[in-house]
Amino acid sequence: MIAEAGHYALVLALALALIQSTVPMLGARWGDPALMNVARSTALAQLLFVAVSFTALVMLHVASDFSVVNVFENSHSMKPLLYKITGVWGNHEGSMLLWVLILALFGGLVAAFGNNLPLSLRAHVLAVQGWIAAAFYLFILVTSNPFLRIASPPIEGRDLNPVLQDIGLAVHPPMLYLGYVGFSISFSFAIAALIEGRIDAAWARWVRPWTLVAWIFLTLGIAMGSYWAYYELGWGGWWFWDPVENASLMPWLAGTALLHSAVVMEKRNALKVWTILLSILVFSLSLLGTFLVRSGVLTSVHAFATDPSRGVFILLILCLFIGGSLALYAWRASALKQGGLFAPVSREGALVLNNLFLTSACATVFIGTLYPLALEVLTGDKISVGAPFFNLTFGPLFVPLLVAMPFAPLLAWKRGDLLGAAQRLTAAGIAALVAIAVLFAWTHGGATLAPLAIGLAIFVIGGALSDLAERTALFRVPLATAMARARGLPRAAWGTAFAHAGIGVALIGIVCETTWNSEYIGTMKPRDVASVAGYQLKLDEITQRQGPNFREMIAQFTVALDGETLQVMMPSKRNFTTRDSSTTEAALLTRGASQLYVSLGDTNAEGAIAVRIYHKPLVLLIWWGPVLMAFGGLLSLSDRRLRVGAPKPAKAARALQPAE
Amino acid sequence: MTRKQRRLTMIGGSLAVLAVAAALVLNAMRDSIVFFSTPTMAAEKHIPPGKRFRLGGLVQPGSLVRGDNLAVNFSIADGSATLPVAYKGMLPDLFREGQGVVAEGALDASGVFKADTVLAKHDETYMPRDVADALKKQGHWKDDYGAKPGATAASAPVQGTAK
Repeated sequence: MIAEAGHYALVLALALALIQSTVPMLGARWGDPALMNVARSTALAQLLFVAVSFTALVMLHVASDFSVVNVFENSHSMKPLLYKITGVWGNHEGSMLLWVLILALFGGLVAAFGNNLPLSLRAHVLAVQGWIAAAFYLFILVTSNPFLRIASPPIEGRDLNPVLQDIGLAVHPPMLYLGYVGFSISFSFAIAALIEGRIDAAWARWVRPWTLVAWIFLTLGIAMGSYWAYYELGWGGWWFWDPVENASLMPWLAGTALLHSAVVMEKRNALKVWTILLSILVFSLSLLGTFLVRSGVLTSVHAFATDPSRGVFILLILCLFIGGSLALYAWRASALKQGGLFAPVSREGALVLNNLFLTSACATVFIGTLYPLALEVLTGDKISVGAPFFNLTFGPLFVPLLVAMPFAPLLAWKRGDLLGAAQRLTAAGIAALVAIAVLFAWTHGGATLAPLAIGLAIFVIGGALSDLAERTALFRVPLATAMARARGLPRAAWGTAFAHAGIGVALIGIVCETTWNSEYIGTMKPRDVASVAGYQLKLDEITQRQGPNFREMIAQFTVALDGETLQVMMPSKRNFTTRDSSTTEAALLTRGASQLYVSLGDTNAEGAIAVRIYHKPLVLLIWWGPVLMAFGGLLSLSDRRLRVGAPKPAKAARALQPAE
Repeated sequence: MTRKQRRLTMIGGSLAVLAVAAALVLNAMRDSIVFFSTPTMAAEKHIPPGKRFRLGGLVQPGSLVRGDNLAVNFSIADGSATLPVAYKGMLPDLFREGQGVVAEGALDASGVFKADTVLAKHDETYMPRDVADALKKQGHWKDDYGAKPGATAASAPVQGTAK
C-alpha cells in the first residue's frame, strides 16, 4: 500500500512538473500574471508530492518490506535503523529519488523566497526547473522505479554493501547532491536570461547566493567523501583520481570559476556571456557527475549493453539538456549587451585569470576522465588514466593560480596597481621564503618540491591575512580602531579571506601527508611490537565479536610514545555473512592535526595477522582546509548585501563608457 | 591601452594558458597512461619487461602462495593463458582464488609480473568490469560469475598497495 502511494505521488509530481514547465512559459509569452503565478504553486505542490514519495520509500526500508525489489536488494532486517534509512540512497533508484527531492526542494525555495524576482523571470526559472524535474521523473518512473514489487516476497533481504554501512553514507551523498542540484538554479537562471534576452547586475546578485549555497555543500560533500574513503577503505588513501571522484571535482572547479565570474558581473556588469556559459557548463558537469557516480553507466560503454533502456535514457537527458542549452546559448548569447571594460591588470583581470586556470584544470580532469571511455569506443583499447596523469596536468595548472590568488583581492576594480599589491604582500612573501629556507635546512636533502609547495601555501595563507590586515589598517592605526574596522568589514571580505586561506591549509596537509608519511606493513603476533615514526604499537590480543549483521575480529594495540602509554587502538575486520564480504575498520589516533592509522589484513595459519600502520603528519589539514573554505562561503552568504535590499533590475541598458 | 589592445591582451593570454594546458595533457598522455591486458593479450603483444600495464583475469585456484613478510605469489589466468604474479604487501579484502582481480606493475626479465598494486575493485559479483568484459570477449564468461544481472549496488573501491 505504501509502495503504491509512493509510486502514485511520484506520478502526480511528474504531472505537476509538466504543468510547471509549460503554463508559466505561455503566461510569460502572453504577459498573463495569473498563468505566470502557476509556477509558484506547482513548484510547491511538486515538492510536497516528491517528499511524500521519498517518505514512502524510507518507510518501506524502515519496515523492511521485502516485497519491494529495492528494499529486498539493499536491506536486511538485522541492519541497524540508521543504515536502513541511509540505505535508501545507497542504491541507484533511491539516490535518483533523493536527487529529484533536492531538485524540488530548490525549486520550492525559489518559489517561496523569490518574491522579489520580476514575475516573468521567476516564471521562466521555475519552468526550466520543471523541465529538468520532468525529465528525471520520467527517467525514474520508466527505468529506475524504486517501488516495484516482487510477486513472491522473500523472507530476508540481500543487505546493503558493507562498505556503505557507515555514517559517511548518511552525510556524503545528500551533501554532494545538494551541491550538484543546487547548480540547477544558476542553470535555470541562465536559461531564463537567454530566453528573455536580458541580463544585468541584478541578475548576478540573485544567482550568486544560490551558487554559493551549492558550492558550500559541494565543497563539504567532496571533503566528507574523501575522509570517508580515507578511514573506511583501510589503506589510508584520501584521493584516488577515480572517475567517480573526478565527477564531483569537475563541477566544483567550474562552480568555483562561476562564483568568481558572478562577482565581476555583479560589481562591474562585465563577463555576462561568459557567466551564462559557465552556469550552463557547471550544471552539465553536475548531470554528468550524477550519472557517473550512481549508475556507473558512463564508466564503461558495455554498461549500455547490460541495461540499454537506462543508458539510452541517460544519454538522451544529457544530450537534451547540454546540447539544448548550448544551442540556445549560441543562438541568443549575442543578444546580451556587453558592458564594463577593464584593464588586464585589475580585479576583473585577476578574476578572468582565475576563471581561465580553473576551467583549464577542469578541462584536463574532464579529458583524463572521459578519454579512456572515448578510446574504448573508438579503438577497443582499454587504458587507465591514473594519478600520474593528473599530477602532471592538474598540478602545474594550479601553481600559477595559487601564486596569483593573493594578488587579486588587493587589486582595484577597472585598473589595478600590481606593484602596490606586491608591496602589500611583502610580509606574506617573506614568511613563505623563511618557511622554504627552514624546511630545506630541516629536511636536508629530502624532497625538493615539498618545501616549495609549503612555501606557496604559506604565501596563500599570508596573502589572505595581509588582505584583512590591509582592510582593517592593522598596525597602522590603534588596535581598537582596527577592531572596529574589522567588525565593519563586509562579511564577503572575511569570506574571501577564509576561503583563500582554506586552500593554503589544505595544500599544507596534502604536501605533508604525501611527502613525510611513514608506514609499517608486516605480520604481527600477539605481544609483537611495531614502531612507526617514534610510536611503539604493541599488539595485545585478538578477539572475536558478533555484531548485528556481521562477525568482527578485533585487534587491540597499545600505543606508546617514548615509553609513555598513550591510548589503546582497536582496528577490526568485519565479515558480513549475507553478502559474504568483509570490510576493514581502521583505527585512528589523532595527535594534533596528525594521525596514526592502523588497519588489519588477513590472518595466516600460525595466527599472525597482517597489519598496516601509517603515521600521517598533518593529514587532518586536508579536510580542515575545505571546512574553512565552506565557512568562508557561509560568511559570504550572510553578507548583508545578499540579504537586504532586493536589487532592482537596470531599467534600460545604459551604454557604459570605456574606462579610460 | 586602446580597447583593441586590451582585447588582444585578453585573447592572447587565454590562448597561452590553453596552449600550456594542451601541452601538459599531451605530455602526460604520452608518459602516464597504462594499458589493460589479459594474460593472453600480454603474450600476443610481447610487452617488453619494465613497461607498466594492468593485468586482469581470474586468480588461478591453488596458485596462491604466501611467503615471508607479506610476499605473495599467485597466477592470473584468463582461460587460455596464465601469468605468474609476484606481489609484496596486503591483499585487498575481496581478493580470493577463482575470482577477478586487476594487478598493476611490469614484467621482469624472467617473465614474472611484478605487481605494485592489486585492485579488487568490483561489486558483489566479484568481477572487475575490465576483467568481465575481457572474459566475455574471449568466450570464457560463465554466468555464475554474476549472481544476478542488473544489481546496482555501488562498486566499492578496495585497493592494496605496496611501496
